[in-house]
Amino acid sequence: MSVPTATGRFGEFGGRYVPESLVPACAALEAAFRDAWADPAFHERLARLRQDYAGRPTALTPAETLSAQLGVTLLLKREDLAHTGSHKINNVLGQALLAQRMGKTRLIAETGAGQHGVATATAAALFGMRATVYMGERDIARQRLNVFRMELLGAEVIPVTSGSRTLKDATNEAMRAWVAAVDEAHFCLGSVGGPHPYPWLVRELQRVIGEEARAQTPVIPDVVVACVGGGSNAAGTFAGFVDTPARLIGVEAAGGAAMTNGRPGVVHGYRSLVLQDADGQVLEAESIAAGLDYPGVGPEHAHLGTTGRAEYRTVTDTEVLDAVRRLARSEGIICALESAHAVAWVLRAAGTPDLPTGSTVLLTLSGRGDKDMATLAGEVA
Amino acid sequence: MKRLNPYLTGGITPDWIDYLLAYQEAGANGVEIGLPFSDPMLDGTTIQQASDQALRRGATVASILTDLTAARDRIHIPLFAMTYANLVFRGDPFATAPAATDAGRGGHRTLTEGGPEAFCRRLADAGVAGLIVPDVPLDEVDRLEAAAAAAGIDLVLLAAPVTPPDRLAEIGRRSRGFIYAVSVMDTTGERDALATTAAPLAARLKAVTDLPVLLGFGISTPAQAATAARAGDGVVIGAALMRRVLDGASPDDLRAEVAAFRAALDQVDQEVPAAPAHAEISGHRR
Repeated sequence: MSVPTATGRFGEFGGRYVPESLVPACAALEAAFRDAWADPAFHERLARLRQDYAGRPTALTPAETLSAQLGVTLLLKREDLAHTGSHKINNVLGQALLAQRMGKTRLIAETGAGQHGVATATAAALFGMRATVYMGERDIARQRLNVFRMELLGAEVIPVTSGSRTLKDATNEAMRAWVAAVDEAHFCLGSVGGPHPYPWLVRELQRVIGEEARAQTPVIPDVVVACVGGGSNAAGTFAGFVDTPARLIGVEAAGGAAMTNGRPGVVHGYRSLVLQDADGQVLEAESIAAGLDYPGVGPEHAHLGTTGRAEYRTVTDTEVLDAVRRLARSEGIICALESAHAVAWVLRAAGTPDLPTGSTVLLTLSGRGDKDMATLAGEVA
Repeated sequence: MKRLNPYLTGGITPDWIDYLLAYQEAGANGVEIGLPFSDPMLDGTTIQQASDQALRRGATVASILTDLTAARDRIHIPLFAMTYANLVFRGDPFATAPAATDAGRGGHRTLTEGGPEAFCRRLADAGVAGLIVPDVPLDEVDRLEAAAAAAGIDLVLLAAPVTPPDRLAEIGRRSRGFIYAVSVMDTTGERDALATTAAPLAARLKAVTDLPVLLGFGISTPAQAATAARAGDGVVIGAALMRRVLDGASPDDLRAEVAAFRAALDQVDQEVPAAPAHAEISGHRR
């Protein structure tokens, strides 16, 4: 995938739509990232953390039973096996290292499902930093376990009561908090959205998913599939295959499908496809997966979608719940509701022209489902 | 004369124009009209609540501009629209379908749909003199700047305490009407004291521009306004007034509030020896 332009654009998307108060912080972060990324010592330290702390490389698991049932070869990239239970740790370890390099003592983060919040709290504990995590009240109610984990790790979890009380509003609140604490705090953004350089920075830190998977697969898969909310696990996965003939498929929640139903707009510091009404007010997304309950999508996905290099599909909550059950019972893996979106698409598409019999599919399981037990207990028979 | 630009969220109540007229009667030099957005990045709790209330009432850019157009004969001071990039860049707020220019691009979704050009024209048609868009910094401003100029709208740029000297000078060169000095590294909202960053920012700005420098953010009381006005050329008062409106204060109540700010600024004017003419220009064009 490409390096953004000097103004942080992927095609017509991206940019840096932030208040003047945050422009120097974004510029400083970009400079620090460029400097660190060119420094072998930074990469060496990050690689050591990934291996010794996060448990990388994560496995590539052939889903043998499902493959036989569906008539495709399904390979699962197991980000659910990474420390803290999702791909989010890849991004956060890199950003925390960067923050430390910049002399910051505090991490501010937004979280939806709580996985990014847990990863941020974890890195803050590891690096001896303070962590403040903004989380919508509604998400706090449905992701209690992750709230407990964050608090146990020493993070302060601040409930957000504005708007839809989900990830969208937590992101607003975290950015507002960053304005007031920009000297001491690094905004540890959890996905491939936000002002330049975040979409680029986060994709580069998640690139490890795709690069590992590429090295682990005996052949280039016909299809590479991952779920998309903001789109960080998909961006990291796609980065490993964008230069191959593999089809890249991002799967969105039907109720939060910015790629499918969004229109060009500016929110949270970047220009991309955004769910919005006719007046330009940002709509509240709806998904059973708190991590996909977000009305925007990373600008590089908008670019990949409009240029046709990647394709985007939607699945319903009902399909997602079915996918969780199928994967659990056929492979013994309980995946996160977010990740189950990718599984749901494979279940639907296998044997159709969209995913012909005999195809090889690489699917990123972005996280494990422990956090979703309360939701699943009420939904999955 | 020290400038007083109070803020009012457009459409916050059915009789919101009455607040605007009350501000005018109380001696406001201009009024900043908030065009409410669902995700206001730089606003604190009070302005967020004000925006939410207006949106719940069904206020839109279109309805607010219609109200302003209807009241045009009664408004004699400049109005400055304040809103966020999504409303400006998404295009013509009155368009129900993609603009004709999009059809030529094969129906591909584009960012235009009218874009800032149509947005600025509509503001001008409604009698709005200027536009403030806090999430469009210098780096992203080119198209909007051209659109505003073409429509005859003053695009007011913001400066922050952390803005480095070279950017500050460019903001001074490219802002129109006045410069909005964000006096504190925080969101909008009431504060116990004027931020210590306010006066130094005003001084740095006045060294690089002849435009009036108005301080905003966290200026909550007439005394704070007077202090800020000694450093700059005037103030924007937002959250302190909108909290009163949210609490149910009437236009008459707000007239008294704004009059108290006016009196404090007039007091500052009396402290200062008569300023040279160039410091008193309207500042619309240099």
